[in-house]
Amino acid sequence: MATRQTQSLARLMRAPAIILLLIWMIVPLGMTLYYSFLNYNLLNPASTSWAGFFNYKYFYTDPAFWESIWNTLVLVLGVLLITVIGGILIAMLIDKPIFGQGIVRILVISPFFVMPPVAALIWKNMIMHPSYGVFADIAKFFGMSPVDWFAQYPLFSIIVIVAWQWLPFATLILLTSLQSLDGEQMEAAEMDGAPALSRFFYLTLPHMSRAITVVILIQTIFLLGVYAEILVTTNGGPGNASTNLTYLIYRAARLNFDIGGAAAGGIIAVVLANIVAIFLMRAVGKNLD
Amino acid sequence: MGSITLKNVRKAFGDVEVIPGVDLNIEDGEFVVFVGPSGCGKSTLLRLIAGLEDVTSGSIQIDGKDVTDAGPAKRGLAMVFQSYALYPHMSVRKNIAFPLKMAKMPEAEQEKRVAHAAKILNLDSYLERKPGQLSGGQRQRVAIGRAIVREPAAFLFDEPLSNLDAALRVNMRVEISELHNNLKTTMIYVTHDQVEAMTMADKIVVLRAGNVEQVGSPMELYSRPANKFVAGFIGSPNMNFIEGEGAAKHGAHTIGIRPEHWQLSTTEGAFPGTVGVAEHLGSDTFLHIQLDDGTPIIARAEGERDIHHGDKIFLTPQEGRIYKFSQNGLAA
Repeated sequence: MATRQTQSLARLMRAPAIILLLIWMIVPLGMTLYYSFLNYNLLNPASTSWAGFFNYKYFYTDPAFWESIWNTLVLVLGVLLITVIGGILIAMLIDKPIFGQGIVRILVISPFFVMPPVAALIWKNMIMHPSYGVFADIAKFFGMSPVDWFAQYPLFSIIVIVAWQWLPFATLILLTSLQSLDGEQMEAAEMDGAPALSRFFYLTLPHMSRAITVVILIQTIFLLGVYAEILVTTNGGPGNASTNLTYLIYRAARLNFDIGGAAAGGIIAVVLANIVAIFLMRAVGKNLD
Repeated sequence: MGSITLKNVRKAFGDVEVIPGVDLNIEDGEFVVFVGPSGCGKSTLLRLIAGLEDVTSGSIQIDGKDVTDAGPAKRGLAMVFQSYALYPHMSVRKNIAFPLKMAKMPEAEQEKRVAHAAKILNLDSYLERKPGQLSGGQRQRVAIGRAIVREPAAFLFDEPLSNLDAALRVNMRVEISELHNNLKTTMIYVTHDQVEAMTMADKIVVLRAGNVEQVGSPMELYSRPANKFVAGFIGSPNMNFIEGEGAAKHGAHTIGIRPEHWQLSTTEGAFPGTVGVAEHLGSDTFLHIQLDDGTPIIARAEGERDIHHGDKIFLTPQEGRIYKFSQNGLAA
């Protein structure tokens, strides 16, 4: 694709796709931006008026706002921590040749195929439920009183559920990276007198740094928007204990019918997500050249 | 110090016996080359000595101490791998210092040794680079540098030159021999290239299917091969074998004559034949000859001999340069 003709031809050929993607992005963003400056409530949709920055001020001064930002951060970081560390450990485990390796790998990856609301409901009703959940049974077996997970540790429970869903993704990416590690390097390190732990920190971990970066970047994008798991389990409660930014926006739009306020929240979320993205790219993006 | 003794070392992977039992003595300071066709178990034998594989039975001693069950790090050996196995995210300096760091050596001593190794191997100006920014020959040197800083009892080389181009291979061959002369440390070198074996070794171990066929100095193997396999493997181009009537005249089942031990004549001789391809190398000419009974023969002629495809030629082996073999391939 070196000549000038082929270059302009290539530009022409990819233009429709790029234009479509641009419209796809710019129209919803523009509409959201427009709504965020309107007094627009679904209970009284006929009377809309210009609101200026009132919606933003309203959303921003909501006491639930800062709590939801904090919850979002805890949720994202907690899930990242569990999936990256757990993913590395599981990947190293299933990298070893074992009997029934194929089946074990499929089992490890299968949670990824379960839809978020389904996964959350299974956790809610079959695992964490205080009277007929598995955890309750275990607690009763040891003579302890069962924990009501969603009431006592709502955010932690959601972190566990989301981490369970994302662990397979992290494991898969990290496993492929682990498999590309040169065996002779490991043997060389062994001859150089490096014990297993040093081999991990000096060879395996640096080798996986790129894959870890990919996992962090991709997961962060999706974890900032976690919503279904909260909706079907805690509904953001008790109080605002498990409300993240996405859920707060949903509440404004669908429970308070406040389209203007929700749109303002959406724009704030977009800005925050971009700030996170910039920091992330600065911090870990240098691993991806 | 680095004398290595193998006693009846056997290695099997599952049901497949790779090394049926090897006894070998390697003296301190020797340059030993394991040579053989691919799949003959030479790399496996090296890895057994390194401790990267467990022996199935038998014992390995280094300096008289039994190390059969010791881990690779405990044996005090250093290895240079075929792929060099450099650590890609560390600079050359850190690569070379890595074994010292693992041994928890003081920083000052580490730096001294790295500087010393870099000087020997001409790596001074590359110390801050990553392995990815080096050429094949430089990577090879870094791998050697990482081996020498440990001052090991012996160096193990696993086909270290097979990834280099022909010119560089000749250079590195000389450099490694030079290094051996300077360090006087035991070196065990695995290769399938008999030229490397002949030019570098003090002692060659010829392996076939996990068995030691013959052990000896290069010239011993060249002039007194124990069997037909060693005779055919050592020397380039390969030895010619003649069976049947021609061999019976010399009282053997098979006779072997090296390409360089033929007398050529256009008028008379023991074996008449026809010249096929003539490879003119300048200094020598290698003639591919078909004897009248169909046996293919390679003969060396002086470089400027005027000889052409289809010419009739008579070959006579030089007296005293005929290798005789019995029916089972052993030297007679």
